[in-house]
Amino acid sequence: MAEIGSLIHGFGVALTPFNLMLMFIGVVLGVIIGVLPGLGGANGVAILLPLTFTMPPTSAIIMLSCIYWGALFGGAITSILFNIPGEPWSVATTFDGYPLAQKGRAGAALTAAFTSSFIGALIAVIVITFLSPIVASFALQFGPPELFAVYLLTFCAFVGMSKGQALKTIASMMVGFALAAVGLDTVTGSLRLTFGFTDLLKGFNFLIAVIGLFGIGEILLTLEEGLAFKGARAKLNLKVVMDTWRELPRYWLTSLRSSAVGCFMGIVPGGATPASFMSYGVAKRFSRDGEKFGTGQIEGVVAPETAAHAAGTSALLPMLTLGVPGSPTAAVLLGGLLIWGLQPGPLLFQEQKEFVWGLIASMYLGNIAGLIVVLTCVPLFAAILRIPFSIIAPVILVVCAIGAYTVNNSVFDVYLMLVFGVAGYVMRKLEYPLAPLVLALVLGDAAESAFRQAMLMSQGNPSILFANALVGGMTTLALVLLFWPLIQTGLRRAKAA
Amino acid sequence: MNDKSDRPAATIRTLELVVAALLFAFGAIVIADSIRLGARWAEDGPQAGYFPFYIGLLICIPAAVVFVRALGDRAKAAKTFVGRDALKRVMWMLVPSIVYVVLIKLIGIYIASTAFIAFFMRRLGRYPWITTAAVAVGVSLVFFLLFEVWFKLPLPKGPLESWLGLD
Repeated sequence: MAEIGSLIHGFGVALTPFNLMLMFIGVVLGVIIGVLPGLGGANGVAILLPLTFTMPPTSAIIMLSCIYWGALFGGAITSILFNIPGEPWSVATTFDGYPLAQKGRAGAALTAAFTSSFIGALIAVIVITFLSPIVASFALQFGPPELFAVYLLTFCAFVGMSKGQALKTIASMMVGFALAAVGLDTVTGSLRLTFGFTDLLKGFNFLIAVIGLFGIGEILLTLEEGLAFKGARAKLNLKVVMDTWRELPRYWLTSLRSSAVGCFMGIVPGGATPASFMSYGVAKRFSRDGEKFGTGQIEGVVAPETAAHAAGTSALLPMLTLGVPGSPTAAVLLGGLLIWGLQPGPLLFQEQKEFVWGLIASMYLGNIAGLIVVLTCVPLFAAILRIPFSIIAPVILVVCAIGAYTVNNSVFDVYLMLVFGVAGYVMRKLEYPLAPLVLALVLGDAAESAFRQAMLMSQGNPSILFANALVGGMTTLALVLLFWPLIQTGLRRAKAA
Repeated sequence: MNDKSDRPAATIRTLELVVAALLFAFGAIVIADSIRLGARWAEDGPQAGYFPFYIGLLICIPAAVVFVRALGDRAKAAKTFVGRDALKRVMWMLVPSIVYVVLIKLIGIYIASTAFIAFFMRRLGRYPWITTAAVAVGVSLVFFLLFEVWFKLPLPKGPLESWLGLD
C-alpha cells in the first residue's frame, strides 16, 4: 500500500501550524461565502485566488480548497434556517431541512447536514486517495487522441446529464469554447476573434467569467425575487448534536448510497447539484419513510448533503489526475495550479509528490476543521444573513469588482465582469446551464491543442479517435452520452408502442 | 416567484427568442472569422480557424432549433420572464453598478466604492446619513488597509489618493 505511506508523508506536509491556521481561515471564509448570496464556491475562490499568489503553492491550495469545503458546508445553513439555498447544491436540502426547522428541530437538521457532508466528503477523499494514483499512472500512457477523448467524454457527459435542455447545454458549452479561442492562437500566431480590439488580445480570463456569471448574476436574481430573509433561530448545543449523532447510524444505507451517487457524479462531471437531487430522489424511493419525505425527515437532509459533498470533493480527482476538472470550482482551482506553474495531470503525481499528497492529506484535515467550525459557529454565520441586504449587496459587488480587477490588474476586466453578470442572470432564467460554459472556457485551449495534435498524427482523419480499444472505448462512451437524451426518448417511445 | 400583481415586462418567449438570435449571431461571427483565418487543412496541418469553425457551427445549430421551438411555444408566451416591479428592482442595482465601474477608472476604486455603498444604503435602506457614512467609509477603509497595506496589491486610485500622497 504505497498510498498509505505517501499519505502519511502528506500529513507531514499539511500539518504545520501555518497550514493549520490557513485551513481554519479558509473554512471560515468559505462558510461566509457559502452563506452570502452572490458569493459561492467558484467565484469565492476566484476572487481570493490572486491573494494567494505570494504563498507557497501547497499552502495556497490548502487554503483555497478549505474555502471550497467551507462553502459546501455553508450552503446548508441558509437552506435549513431560511429556506434559501446559499448554493445550488443545497436546494434539495431545503425540501426536508426547512420543515424540520419549522418544527423546531433546526439544530438536529443542521447537525445531520454537517455530519452527512463530512461523511460524504470523507468517503470521497478515501476514493481519491486510492483511486487517483491508479488513474494517474493509467493516464501516463495517454497520447493526444486519448487526451482529446477524455475531454470529449467530459463534455458529452454534461450533455447526457442535462435534464431535457441538451441543446442549451451544447450552446452554452460552445460559447465557452468560442470565448476560449479569442486572442492569439499560439500555434499559428494569428489573431482570432479580436476584431482589432487590443483589450481582447489576451483573450477572456475564465476567472472574470466565473465572478460575473455566478456572482453578479446571482445578486441580480436575488434582488428580483425580493429580499425577505425570515428565518428560524439556530440553537445548537452539545445535547442536540449528541442526540442527532445517535440517530444518524440508522441511515447508514442512505449515506452509503448517496456517497456512491455523489462520487460517481463528481468524477464524471455531473456536479454536486444534480448529485444532490438524484440522491434525494433515490433515497425517497428506497426509504421506508419515503412518503414522509418533504415533511421534515432527517433522512431527507442526509441524502442530498452526503451526495453534494461527495460530488464536490471527488470532482477534484479528475482535476488532479487528468487535468480535467469535474466542477466549476475545481476548474478555478485548476486555474490556480496553472498560475503557480503546476501542470495538473498524471505527471503531477510523479513530479510534485509533496504537493499532491499534502493536498490530499489536507482534504482529510480540512473537512475535520470544517465540521468543528460549522458545529460551533452556526449562530454567528446565521447572523450574517441578518445584515440588511441594502448593505450586503453593494459590498458584495465591490468585492466582486476588486476580485475581477486583481486577476490581471485591468479595469477592462471589471467591465467584462458586469457584462458576464447580465449574461449570467438571463442565462440562469432561461435555463442555460453555466457550468459547461466555464469548463469549456477553462479547457478550451487544451482541448483544441489535443485535437490538433491528434489530427496531425492522422493527417486529418477522425478515425484516429477509434484507433485502439482505449481511445475507441472512450469515444464511443462519449457519443453514447452525447446522444443519451435522444436514446432515452427513443427507448421510452419503443416501450410505449 | 413573481407576484400576480406584477405586470410582465417581458415574456419568457420573447427573451428566449432574443437570446437564441444573439447566440446565432455570435456563432455566425465565429464562423465568419474562422473562414477568414482559414478553416481548412493546410500543408502543415489544421489552420487557425479549423477548430473554431465547428464551434461556431455548434452554436448556430442549437440556437436555431431553440429559436424555432420557442416561436411555436404558447406556454412560454404566457409566462413572465420578469415583472415590471422586479425589473425595476434589478435596474436599481444594475444601473448604479454600471456607473460604479465607470467611476473606478476616473476617481479610483476606494472613493467609487464609498459612494456606491452610500448610495444603496440611502436609497434602498433609507439609513440616516451618519450610519451610511460610517459603514461606507469604514468598508472602503478596511479594503484599503487589506489590499494596499497588508497584501500590497495596488488597486486603481484617483485624484484624491494622489493628493493625499497615498499613490
